[in-house]
Amino acid sequence: MHMDPIISIRGVVNRFDTQVVHDGVDLDVYQGEVLGIVGGSGSGKSVLLRTLLGLQRPRAGTVSMEGKDITAMSEQELLSVKRRYGVTFQHGALFSALTVAENVQLPMREHFDLTEATLQSLTELRLRMVGLPLEAGLKLPSQLSGGMIKRAALARALALDPAILFLDEPTSGLDPISAAAFDQLIVYLQKALKLTIVMITHDLDTIMTTCDRVGVLVDKKMIVDTLPKIVQNPHPWIQEYFHGPRARAVRSSSRPSASTSPQ
Amino acid sequence: MPVATQLSGDTLALRLEGECSINEVGDIERVLSATSAQGIRQVRVESEQLNRLDLSVAWLVRNFLNAASEQGATVSFDGHKPANLDFVEDMTHEESIVAHDTLSPSVPIGAAIEAIGKNFLGHVRRARTALEFFGRVLANVGRALAQPPRLRPASIARHVYETGVQAIPIVALIAFLITLVIAYIGAQQLERFGAEIYTVNLVTVGVLREMGVLLTAIIVAGRSGSAFAAEIGVMKLNDEVDALKSIGMDPYEVLVVPRVLGLVIALPLLTILADAMGLAGGALLCSWLLDISWPQFVARMQEALAPTTFWAGFLKAPVFAVLIALTGAYRGMQVRDSSRELGRLTTVAVVQSIFLVIFANAIFAIIYLEIDF
Repeated sequence: MHMDPIISIRGVVNRFDTQVVHDGVDLDVYQGEVLGIVGGSGSGKSVLLRTLLGLQRPRAGTVSMEGKDITAMSEQELLSVKRRYGVTFQHGALFSALTVAENVQLPMREHFDLTEATLQSLTELRLRMVGLPLEAGLKLPSQLSGGMIKRAALARALALDPAILFLDEPTSGLDPISAAAFDQLIVYLQKALKLTIVMITHDLDTIMTTCDRVGVLVDKKMIVDTLPKIVQNPHPWIQEYFHGPRARAVRSSSRPSASTSPQ
Repeated sequence: MPVATQLSGDTLALRLEGECSINEVGDIERVLSATSAQGIRQVRVESEQLNRLDLSVAWLVRNFLNAASEQGATVSFDGHKPANLDFVEDMTHEESIVAHDTLSPSVPIGAAIEAIGKNFLGHVRRARTALEFFGRVLANVGRALAQPPRLRPASIARHVYETGVQAIPIVALIAFLITLVIAYIGAQQLERFGAEIYTVNLVTVGVLREMGVLLTAIIVAGRSGSAFAAEIGVMKLNDEVDALKSIGMDPYEVLVVPRVLGLVIALPLLTILADAMGLAGGALLCSWLLDISWPQFVARMQEALAPTTFWAGFLKAPVFAVLIALTGAYRGMQVRDSSRELGRLTTVAVVQSIFLVIFANAIFAIIYLEIDF
């Protein structure tokens, strides 16, 4: 890998009381790649995501984003880092009191001094980018279907033109057709905007379609490799994950994966 | 400034240079909106010095260029066309751009009349569903009384504990303090006529007929009315109510009836407590302020009491209990879709149950007056 990593995690330890979640996690994420993170229930995927977002400080280790160590930053300094990434949460986490358009506008209103017309115009762009009809902007999150909630959440995540996108289970709870459409959307946006994407997912289809590399959280550590190589990793959990009955079903019907190596 | 415009004759040069990042978007928007595309024949975009063009800025530039070409200007690029401009172009290439006002709802005149009609029909529908709810609960209570196992005694006991036993400290304290104040004011006024002994009558009749039960009902409405609405509302949001139905259990029987019956048991008991604490507060103040000793207070109290005084207050308690429990449960059952609804309907439950309690109290006053109770 000839480039400097955009995100670099070194020796991260996370612990709650006596329960150790991460014990020395290392991970590099490179500019413009899609990295999938998988792991069993309770393996600390969400904790890792919260650590990456700067919402939780690790007990030990460093997390650098674009060369800056975010574990040593004050809340104030973290703000500038937070403006460089966008996040979608598992259940959308759209603000239920606001319409979709207002949800998308909220980060822009907070950070920039814009006229109402410009805000509307930029909101329209986000809605178009994620493939939502403009009428959906007027709806409240409770009036949306599962697939539209995911798209609206993505629109909000894209509101500040982020360089890095974190997706937490982007296709969970969607039917296979909506999930496949969402995978295509992610690939399209990633290619067009050269985004760096880190996603937590259980969906093997999503991994095959979108991810350049896969990180597996096992034994409180991270094993990262390209998709073709990681499926050959001898670790029993990884073998079970990629070669279990569900995985075989996906692989036997699988279309060729989108790309096999980063860049 | 990463974006600058320069007008020479009928040619406008739009220079993009350096970092056109979203952080600059406010300033860039002001530059672009200050530039009128009127009378311009040609727009030249100079982007050789451009290092970065964020999507938001690209979108604003694209909208500006579109407005210019609608005015009849031709757009040309010096150097390469930035990739993000292509991307936003791609975003819109199928349909023509929709006007901004599609994002804000418009209200034509006819819609106003429609809204009035809809509103009216909505009220009629709401009245019907409320009546339906009441009927269902009544039918369920009837069925439960006929078949005692359906009464769910364990559940009723829990609600008696939560709405009754746990409310004892607050009800006792408030009844005590309020009567103390009323007795004080009464004593002050009656002293002027030398009739301070009537403070005992005021306290006795006031507490037993009105204050005791009304205070208790209002406190319980705030505590338990809101709790009923919130508990049932959360169960609705989690699909727990549907889960109950799918198991073949009637949510009215399982969730609503035990709450109603529990409160019907708890509220009268709390009323007796409030009565006792109120009288104690009155007696204490009389002994402090008016030198009326406790035996004197009790003797005077006996004289002031009519056989109906206690019952006039006590009989209202189960009625208030039904009103509070039904309002709370009804609003809880109405929650759907979002947690925002939950908060709103919980508030509605409290406000309406307090209103209903006070309203019912007024009706009781009229009835008692008519039948001379």
